[in-house]
Parts: sequence; structure tokens; C-alpha cells
Amino acid sequence: MKVEIWGSRGSLPSPGPKTVRYGGNTATLLVVGDEGEHLVLDAGTGIRPLGLSIPLDVRRIDVLITHLHMDHLQGLGFFQPIFRPNLEVHIWGPPSITMPLHTRIGRYLSPPLFPVTLRQMPCRLELHDAEPYARIGSIRVRSDLVCHPGPTVGYRITSPAGKVVAYLPDHEPALGVDPFPAAPEWTSGFDLVHRADLLVHDAQYTDDEYRTHVGWGHSSIRHLAAFAEMAEVARVAPFHHDPSHSDAEVDALAAELAALVPGIAVQAGAEGTAFEL
Amino acid sequence: MAQLPVELILMRQLASYLATPIFLVGPEGELLFYNEAAEGVLGYRFDEAVELPLAEWIRAFPLFNTESGRPLTVDEIPVVRALKERDPVHGSLLYERPGGERVPVLATAIPLVGQGGKVLGAAAIFWPASPQAQG
Repeated sequence: MKVEIWGSRGSLPSPGPKTVRYGGNTATLLVVGDEGEHLVLDAGTGIRPLGLSIPLDVRRIDVLITHLHMDHLQGLGFFQPIFRPNLEVHIWGPPSITMPLHTRIGRYLSPPLFPVTLRQMPCRLELHDAEPYARIGSIRVRSDLVCHPGPTVGYRITSPAGKVVAYLPDHEPALGVDPFPAAPEWTSGFDLVHRADLLVHDAQYTDDEYRTHVGWGHSSIRHLAAFAEMAEVARVAPFHHDPSHSDAEVDALAAELAALVPGIAVQAGAEGTAFEL
Repeated sequence: MAQLPVELILMRQLASYLATPIFLVGPEGELLFYNEAAEGVLGYRFDEAVELPLAEWIRAFPLFNTESGRPLTVDEIPVVRALKERDPVHGSLLYERPGGERVPVLATAIPLVGQGGKVLGAAAIFWPASPQAQG
């Protein structure tokens, strides 16, 4: 199973000379399964260049959306494969008790915010509420609600060989927990992440920044360190970089994380990073 | 123990910060948590009670009918009713504190329904009844 990062920025695209190495596109990952499955995690602006790289002979793509904030949805209308008539596209997203996923995504993908509606997309499109347990080809996908404003899920993706990538790009498990972490059963996201080979996780803030952003739904680098250590992950990729953070600042946060979790491999999420699991 | 649904985790975190007594149970009625304010009414620290199954906590926290003084059956306990009936329940009852004193308590219990429509547990908010409330 291969995991590629196509967008690692949080909140807002932030291109420019200070973000060249980590990139300015918002959250998007591609997971390619051992049997050729194509899973796209989130539809941030990174999904536009990703879409251009999808081979024409791919017949099915599953887009797993964690939540419907714009930095995770904005690229969907620019995902070239949804304009391929012979392609089967399945979009999965967090459940709601009030509105189907089609209606909620359609609020963005419809005039006046976007010229084309979901119904006009040429691909064969199906939308699904994220299920606690699902299978896509040979890949097992687990989803669960996590602590972030509005219905938000995280995903645990397991290959037939048992390799696991956990994806929680927007997550504040430390909210209201002092000291953090609490016991695993009382920690948001724990079951999704436990003993993952790769954890791609929110690390938006420094400790100082977090103090003025409590309840915004994101983690500080120390929260991520504590969470990753408790969950015994093998490798962690800090992700959802704050749009105000330069490459040098992301480097410093990654170095801080590596010092806090000496037993865990740390590689900050950057556009173009690929992990083979 | 597997991780609990995030709705229950957030409910506990909210309860931890409130000065209103709150008692949280899981889908089978098992005690999951009560906060410091509830400790003041119940007379036991949560650390002493920990996570007890329904059959045990109803013995640990004796509840009685306000009018007759008879013990409440399990199906009369507001938080259990809220769980089973999927409706809010309000009632008055007597609670016997550790020293044997029976104190009148008002309780409002609500079922906690998750995003998927599943009942994940119930929470009871309770407080000692004022003399006016006791009539």
C-alpha cells in the first residue's frame, strides 16, 4: 500500500516562497492499494494536481472526506476524474441526522458558489455516509467520529497485509482534558490510531498558539506527541500545517516532535511525500 | 476497554468543567462517570465508584420514592428510564447518603443519541431539592 501526500496545509491554501517545500495546497492524500485501489483522502486543493495524475485506465476512485470544511472540500469540483464518463466515483463523508451527504456537498457544488452541480458531473457518482466498517476492494476502512467542530470522522485504512495508515487531519483530542492524555478509552480517535504503521495527524499549532485557539478543533505539537506515544504508532506525519507557518517553522515543529517521541519516526507531511507500507 | 464514542467523551469533558452535578451512563446503564459536583451530592468520589454495571451502582446509590419512602425499582430511576424510553425524564426522589441521611433530589435525565441515531447512553443532571420544591 502506498500513501502519497498531495496537500498538507490546513485551513487555507497558502502558496508562496515561504511554503515551497511543504506546499500550500490543502488536505489531500492518495492511497493506492495492493490490488490497485485508489482512495483519495479529502478533497482539498491538492486534489486538483492529484486528479491529473490518475491513469486513464483506473475504473473506480473512492474519495473519503473527513468533514465538509472548505479546506477539505474546495478542490472537488476541480478533480479532473469526475469529468470522465466511464469512471465510477464514490464519495464517502461524515453522516448527519439532518441532511444527506449529497445535499450538504451540493451547498458548495452548485451556483452561485460553483457553476456545475453534482448531478451534472459526467462520472458515475455515488455518495455514501461513512460507515464504521467498510471494504473497498481488498482494503478495510474504518471510520469514527472524532473531536472537531461539526460532524468529522477520522479513517483507519488497513491493507490485506495488515498495514495501517490512520488519517485524522483535523482533531483536538486534548480539548477539555487536563492533563492530556486521559485513559485510551476516554481519548477521541484512539481506536482509529492504535498501533498504526503511519499516523497522519493534525499538528497545526505551537503550544503558545494553542492557548489562544482552544476549541478550534486542532492540536498542538505536544498534543500530537502525547497522542502518538499513547497509541504506539510506528511513524507519524504532522499535518494540516497552519497557513501562517513557513517551511522553517514547520521544520522546527517537526524537530520538536521528534525530540518528544524518540521511539517514533517523524516526517512532516509535505506535498510529494510518499510512504510505502 | 474499547474507546467510547466521541459524543460520550465530549459529554464527560463538558461535565468535568461544570459545577452542576452530572451522572453519565452507557448504553447498558453502566456508570461511566460523575463529576465533582455530583460527588458532593452522592458523598462518594468517582474514584471510589469507578465504572460500575447498572446492577451494582443502583445498590451503591440507594434511591427511594419521595412520597412513600419505598426503594425505587430500576425502571423508575430517571436515567434508566431516559435510556429505555429515549425521552427526557424529570422526577423527584430521595437519595440515601453514605451516613444514612436521606436527601430529596430533583433529577432530569436525557438520552444521548449519537449522529447515527443510536442511543449511546444517558446523562442525569440532579441537584438537592430546595424546601420550596419539596412543598
